[in-house]
Amino acid sequence: MRTKRITLFAGHYGSGKTNIAVNYALFLAKQGLRVSLGDLDIVNPYYRAKDSEKELSAAGVKVISSAYANSNVDVPAMPQEAYALTEDKTTHAVLDIGGDDRGALALGRYVPAIQEENEYEMLFVFNRSRPLTRDAQSALGILREIEEACRLPFTGIVHNTNLGRETRPETLLDALPALHELEKLSGLPVIFTAARSDIAARLPTEIGEVFPITLQKTIW
Amino acid sequence: MADKILMKGNEALAEAAIMAGCRHYFGYPITPQTEVAAYMSRRMPKIGGTFLQAESEIAAINMVIGAAAAGKRAMTSSSSPGISLKSEGISYMAGCDLPGLIVNVQRGGPGLGGIQPSQSDYFQATRGGGHGDYHLLVLAPSSVQEMADLVFKGFDLSEKYRMPCMLLADGTMGQMMEPVELPEQKGESIEKPWALTGTEGKRKPNIINSLALAPHELEEWNQIRFRRYEEVMANEQMSESYRMEDAEICVVAFGIAARVSQNAVDTARAKGIRVGMVRPISLWPFPEKALKAAAAQCRSFISVELNMGQMIEDVRLAIECRRPVSLCCRTGGMIPSPDEVVAAIEKAAEGGDKA
Repeated sequence: MRTKRITLFAGHYGSGKTNIAVNYALFLAKQGLRVSLGDLDIVNPYYRAKDSEKELSAAGVKVISSAYANSNVDVPAMPQEAYALTEDKTTHAVLDIGGDDRGALALGRYVPAIQEENEYEMLFVFNRSRPLTRDAQSALGILREIEEACRLPFTGIVHNTNLGRETRPETLLDALPALHELEKLSGLPVIFTAARSDIAARLPTEIGEVFPITLQKTIW
Repeated sequence: MADKILMKGNEALAEAAIMAGCRHYFGYPITPQTEVAAYMSRRMPKIGGTFLQAESEIAAINMVIGAAAAGKRAMTSSSSPGISLKSEGISYMAGCDLPGLIVNVQRGGPGLGGIQPSQSDYFQATRGGGHGDYHLLVLAPSSVQEMADLVFKGFDLSEKYRMPCMLLADGTMGQMMEPVELPEQKGESIEKPWALTGTEGKRKPNIINSLALAPHELEEWNQIRFRRYEEVMANEQMSESYRMEDAEICVVAFGIAARVSQNAVDTARAKGIRVGMVRPISLWPFPEKALKAAAAQCRSFISVELNMGQMIEDVRLAIECRRPVSLCCRTGGMIPSPDEVVAAIEKAAEGGDKA
């Protein structure tokens, strides 16, 4: 899998960006790289990258997140440390961008530095099982809205069609026509398919690069 | 059957409302229910419906009154502090015998509280909340699928009994994502001869009002309304029993607390404790029949709640204090862990709940 110094995960609301970003940061850390995970989500009150901070820290991944994340107040603030994600070129940065165009707006201030360095991958996370991205046209609409909001063009797609715990290999395979149409319409390549480890093991090889992920745990 | 899709609780309830024929949503943003408004703002314009972000919660509930009076399926949604603001309007709806759906995705309180999940509006929801003698239908989902299913049920019951219905969820239910299957679209099926739809010169005007000039008239309205409430209490209690067959201890929990408790029941069962759970789905009417039946077989009860102990009063009333009821609770946006509930079950099994 090709890796760049900065990898950004953006996409429609609830497409699975956070779970992928957390797993991707752990994957880079396992290769012995210095890794920071930037939680740049200004939209979601719960279920954030910060929920995995313990596991990430144990693996040596530095989590950069708003001081208000998971607190009892709703402050869409950016951590000042987030500038380190673009400034510190000795560290690989994984960025979790908030959902839709509204979430992506917050990325704008880091974009000039990202473009100047030009060592980044901006990935659109696509889940066809989400209600507002059931077809390629709708997904493309959201993709363009995000680009317009953050002013950073996408460089690839991550296929992440899933139904949470009810995901089966067919869930992903049935979404392939829509995915291929999205590739065609956007002109972007699919960089990898993200799937829960047990599903990943059951996918046919033709599907291309598969990135096995572990989901964040809940107590219910 | 429709394909399953992955939805947030807030989105699922919004889509279900549209499928149930609701074309009029009036709201005002507040975490953790803002996705309802965000979803409606994208969907309503595409299907010829109304999405209106009002200037305040008070304005939004009064718009629901207007749309409901015209015979339309209408709804609003908010979270705890916003529901307090809507309470005057909700009382007027009850006084006017108007149906409508009010969604409360609860957060911590009192006051500004916090944005994390809570169940501390139980009293407010089940006792009325606003002024005057009235009840709301109160339904409490405990999965994303139920967030959708209870919207259909809520609109139907609300129109059948001409009373507002509150869907009482919490932040976790609103924010969690799960697969859902949305049933085929249903149209409005309940006749509304009382609605303000225009007389066309063919009938006397309908009047929708909560003001009675004569005290005896107001008394009569209240009595008629409460006879309807008796019907609701007799016919519409909803609950689900889990591993109650031979249970000696009964956990009572709704919403997210029931999900955590279900895991705790499994753990305690594995340790050999005969424990089960009754999960109220309708909080008003409270499922007294199911709890009375449980009291005939269980020696003690545990109420698990995300508040300082509110539903516990209804549990005691339902079983007429025949068995001890202990409380296992967290507040402020905290959720009890399955281990904490297991500890409460173990204590009850040792008889410690009688202290």
